[in-house]
Amino acid sequence: MPILEVNHISKNFGPTRVLTDISFSLERGKALAIIGSSGSGKTTLLRCLNFLETPNDGQIIVNGKTLFDAADHAAKSDAEIRKRRLHFGMVFQSFNLFPQYTALENVMLASLLLAKERPDYKQNRREIHEEIEHQAIDLLSRMSLEGRMSHYPHQLSGGQQQRVAIARALALHPDILCFDEPTSALDPELTGEVLRVIRSLAEQRTTMIIVTHEMAFARDVADHILFMDGGVIVEQGTPEALFENTQNERTRAFLHRFSQNS
Amino acid sequence: MSASTATLSSVTLTLLEGFGTTAQLFVLTLVFALPLGLLLSFGSMSRFMPLRAAVKTVVWVIRGTPLMLQILVIFFGPRLLWGFDLLSRFVAALIAFVINYACYFSEIFRGGIQSVPRGQYEAGQVLGMTRSQIFFRVTLMQVIKRVIPPMGNEFINLVKDTALARTIAVYEVLWMGESYIKSAGLIWPMFYTAVFYLVFNGILVLLFGWLEKKLDYFR
Repeated sequence: MPILEVNHISKNFGPTRVLTDISFSLERGKALAIIGSSGSGKTTLLRCLNFLETPNDGQIIVNGKTLFDAADHAAKSDAEIRKRRLHFGMVFQSFNLFPQYTALENVMLASLLLAKERPDYKQNRREIHEEIEHQAIDLLSRMSLEGRMSHYPHQLSGGQQQRVAIARALALHPDILCFDEPTSALDPELTGEVLRVIRSLAEQRTTMIIVTHEMAFARDVADHILFMDGGVIVEQGTPEALFENTQNERTRAFLHRFSQNS
Repeated sequence: MSASTATLSSVTLTLLEGFGTTAQLFVLTLVFALPLGLLLSFGSMSRFMPLRAAVKTVVWVIRGTPLMLQILVIFFGPRLLWGFDLLSRFVAALIAFVINYACYFSEIFRGGIQSVPRGQYEAGQVLGMTRSQIFFRVTLMQVIKRVIPPMGNEFINLVKDTALARTIAVYEVLWMGESYIKSAGLIWPMFYTAVFYLVFNGILVLLFGWLEKKLDYFR
């Protein structure tokens, strides 16, 4: 059974249709890359998965459980949506770290807030806090940020900030980790360190969806590629099928444009 | 009061007495106007149109008319309409200040809240935080940092605006200093009065500078 099934998602912004009948599925432990030019709807799709946008049509099913169904979404309470979005983690293009917290605090904050809802929080306060701190330290170490834990975001480079953001997303153990153009806001010499981290996550079989403009990276790391244009999925398949053997005119034109630009 | 009794120490005592009233007005105005201003700012950002329109209208009227006029209306209104004084002079002045400053504060808060990037709310949302957790744990500190410089301005304005209470004969420090012009023909108590304002505002400037520095640890 696939870990994620997206069925017939459509999304309008007012009269403008930005996503039309998007369907795909993703197996556990696989990495999916979404490519396409700006305005093709890639980011909107990712935001729909994270409940930052509400699709007008379609379903999102995780582990066989329907998380979203446009037919009965209006009936859902805030608390319910809050719980459901935890199946997904999100790494933003602009990092969106909380500036008033250190790297470590950024990673711990959401876990601490969630822990307060546990019935045993009052008795085991200290243990829970320690456990969360241990986990955060461990995650930041995996991001090679051992020496940066007590730094504030403005004291970190863009690449370091993005790695903190990845650790922050991983701290909640999402089923599926989403990356929205994770290196687009970075200087070219800093993209490498972030891509390396994502690659190692892929090697550890983290289920991921990556919206990216880094074609070589997508081809190398992803198990499955989705090419979007004008709000529809034009083509999907293995990296080889798309990058080498595509029969589709639009895919070919896009890849051609891209190889010329870079 | 005659010229002969207007010694430095007697003037000091008189002005100190007036300054007590000034300081009370200042502190009480802040105590009520800061939370009221925050509430009004939420109202002015509400998705519920009638509430938003009502708040914006109130803010427009209050910011668009002189504070002195508002003080006069609040104090003399009940007397002339119903024939009795509803409020003491001090309370009438205080209410006028609270309403007036809450409106200015609400616009400062609104600016501060709206200047926090959308991405901060979204990051909180995808991490499963509730709306109030996002406000108190993520947004609030950033808002406070942003509103401190304009708030410093407003606080300094308020110190000087308390002098408007003399319009309805609240015996604040300016009233006390002014009394020597009429009674003794002396101008120097006016300068002495100015010193009270200057010292008070000097302390505020230092306080706000210290606060800004305190919050300098993040950007």
